[in-house]
Amino acid sequence: MIDMQRFFMGVSIALLFLAFLCLYRAIWGPLITNRIVGVGAIGTKTLIVLLLMGLIYDRLDMFVDISIVYALLNFIGTLAASKYLEMMGEV
Amino acid sequence: MDTMTIGSILTAIFLLLGLLFFTGGTIGLLRLPDFYCRMHATGKSDTLAVLLCLIGLAIYNAFAGNFALPYILVSIKIIFIAMFWFLAGPVSTHALYRAAFRCGVKPWTLDNQFKEVDKE
Repeated sequence: MIDMQRFFMGVSIALLFLAFLCLYRAIWGPLITNRIVGVGAIGTKTLIVLLLMGLIYDRLDMFVDISIVYALLNFIGTLAASKYLEMMGEV
Repeated sequence: MDTMTIGSILTAIFLLLGLLFFTGGTIGLLRLPDFYCRMHATGKSDTLAVLLCLIGLAIYNAFAGNFALPYILVSIKIIFIAMFWFLAGPVSTHALYRAAFRCGVKPWTLDNQFKEVDKE
């Protein structure tokens, strides 16, 4: 029997490490398009970390709803940023 | 071998596969030369990684509740997030690609491969 709580904690820490690596693109990315990509990548990792938090604290039924809202907001945020960029014309 | 062990092993396999694809996407996002290559790496592999991780978590939740109805409903919600992200990830990638191309971000080609393509 694997100790699943500890395994979920390890996967969460690995995902947070990868999210910090993506923060490099979000801060120092050469153009604004690179920054949008970095923020989107951080959002997808946070989606998984939220569900793992729910499994660690045994409240998955609540965290699933938060995760749905997070996925929707991430999608709409990227679409809105790209539409704004397209209407501005020049990067 | 009881059912909980089988569920745990399946969950571990799916989560580790998802973590592998997340790592590949992050390395591509950090190391590739221009915006289009970075978007290509991270857009595809992050979508697949989210899909694998969510399927693993849904399997674990269904096995942990011993297939009782409330746990099954939560698992179906997780599968719905996976289906939504399977549609939304490529759509947002494509929208950002098109916006960047229309704004005049230069792609990295054979002619300009030794110059800095995207500068501030």
